[in-house]
Amino acid sequence: MSLKDIKHIILVLSGKGGVGKSSVTTQLALTLALRGHNVGVLDVDLTGPSIPRFFGIEKAKVTQAPGGWRPVAVHDSQDNDYQENLKKIGSLRCMSLGFLLASRNDAVVWRGPKKTAMVRQFLSDVHWGALDYLLIDTPPGTSDEHISLVETLIRDTLPSQLAGAVVVTTPQAISISDVRKELNFCKKTGVKILGVVENMAGFVCPHCAECTNIFSKGGGEIMAKEFQVKFLGSVPIDPAFVELIEEGTVPSYPSGTVLNGRDMSTTASGKVRPNEDRASLVEKYTRCSLRPVFEDMVHDLLQEINLQA
Amino acid sequence: MAPSLEEPNEVELSAALKSAPKLVAHEPEHCPGPESQLAGKGDACAGCPNQQICATAPKGPDPDIPVITSKLSGVKHKILILSGKGGVGKSTFTSMLAHAFATGPDTLVGVMDTDICGPSIPKMMGVEQETIHVSGQGWEPVWVTENLGVMSVQFMLPNRDDAVIWRGPKKNGLIKQFLKDVEWGELDYLFVDTPPGTSDEHLSVNALLKESGVDGAVVVTTPQEIALLDVRKEIDFCKKAGIKVLGIVENMSGFVCPKCTKESQIFKASTGGAHKLAKDVGIPYLGAVPLDPRIGMSCDFGESFFDGFPDSPACTALQQVMHNVQTEVQDR
Repeated sequence: MSLKDIKHIILVLSGKGGVGKSSVTTQLALTLALRGHNVGVLDVDLTGPSIPRFFGIEKAKVTQAPGGWRPVAVHDSQDNDYQENLKKIGSLRCMSLGFLLASRNDAVVWRGPKKTAMVRQFLSDVHWGALDYLLIDTPPGTSDEHISLVETLIRDTLPSQLAGAVVVTTPQAISISDVRKELNFCKKTGVKILGVVENMAGFVCPHCAECTNIFSKGGGEIMAKEFQVKFLGSVPIDPAFVELIEEGTVPSYPSGTVLNGRDMSTTASGKVRPNEDRASLVEKYTRCSLRPVFEDMVHDLLQEINLQA
Repeated sequence: MAPSLEEPNEVELSAALKSAPKLVAHEPEHCPGPESQLAGKGDACAGCPNQQICATAPKGPDPDIPVITSKLSGVKHKILILSGKGGVGKSTFTSMLAHAFATGPDTLVGVMDTDICGPSIPKMMGVEQETIHVSGQGWEPVWVTENLGVMSVQFMLPNRDDAVIWRGPKKNGLIKQFLKDVEWGELDYLFVDTPPGTSDEHLSVNALLKESGVDGAVVVTTPQEIALLDVRKEIDFCKKAGIKVLGIVENMSGFVCPKCTKESQIFKASTGGAHKLAKDVGIPYLGAVPLDPRIGMSCDFGESFFDGFPDSPACTALQQVMHNVQTEVQDR
């Protein structure tokens, strides 16, 4: 069975759409890989798969192997030659329905039973190999995909494998009220909530460094407290990250950009390496201002997972 | 087999599902659909425990469709709000557009929220705590103002944080009931807000409303490619399902810093945004609504952004969009 060599399975959930589930999944995966773990990402958003675009592998196709599918590799595990404190970057592999579609504009118009079958097949037929972490990115809501996913995972994996769920929200009340439903979904189905991430909290104007809370702030933390789950952190909006994903530009920041007390300006984070434009996504990501935020988050997350074990 | 996590039926929905036979097991993967002409005869039906039931059930059009058609005969224009992507502002846009149309005191507007797992309309309209009233004619929508009515699954939940853990068929049943049993009366516009994606809810709304005539769909997007990618799929869906696309609206386009009043593109339109997409696929471009933190705040407090900040650039943009929608609808 394809899940048996996976140490920890983490679900990324949210009741609300467009809060950044895929964006958070991507950054968790990159951060985990930078810590030397072998990571897999499974995208079960069947009608709107975003993971292929996030990792810049939209043109890739899944290859068949005896008895299943081979996931698409973003990068293999490699030696880390420019960060002294970390020796190795873990491998990163993805699976998404996007890789199986003939054209990226095709709509997948499926009713429930077919979606259920696809989710089950994704869980049973993908040759992940040995992985430290499998992140599962989900569509918004609490319906067919979610029911099938959790049912299958509870049936087919050991309790020690299914680490739990990271719930993503944005700070405004309208999003929180949908995300509460997702927390109740986890409670009802017995999936452990590893923590809550507040995404899109604040936007730092690139012209004047003034921080505006476009979607207000603090709602995620209050909700986490109310449900007595861990609050993993707030992620601000970073246009440089969007550009990194959309255009592959290496993130750079004007001097004086300070995030969570850290100086993020390009001059402060070391000299620009040659041929950086041609570097892989994971290498470029080390320049992103959101990386330290996710570094802390992953640290807390792993602690939470190890506590259970 | 692990026990099913789907909740037992709490709301009585079976009445709305008359045409579909009662099944004894879940549908198989390639099920042609228990309501379809092929039910019980398809390749996937071989070996399905439901085969006998499906094959012997009475065929023909759903008897509820004429009921829905006559029920909605007083609604002049029915407009769907769609987007393949979540969180682009379908509900925000729906509620603002509804408020915009309802500024004319003689225009009666209705909003139907078909997002069953994540209903946002009641909160944005400030009627979250309301429950529906059942009268002799059917269910009464909740009236936000004298000429703006709302219907959502949120009004039926005993506890507002409850998760609605339903699979497709159950969601379809509720949508049918919303169309069949809600007493909308005479309306000038009925806006149907949908969940993200291209699945059960969308198919059902389209199938059930086909007879009564949908004016078309307004597609909402944000400028960045990651959203446009899903929106292209939604437009493809509209084509396949025969829904006319009235046009596309770009939401969250550009943010004006309140301190230095310089504009930044938070969600950068690296591939030309909605404008280029509209041109590429040959659909009208209805306009762009800028990102304004006050819109989010108005939604959180359930107030009308139109009444609160009538002079803001976002309002001007919305009025333009409203005007364009009106033109598109009257062109028919």
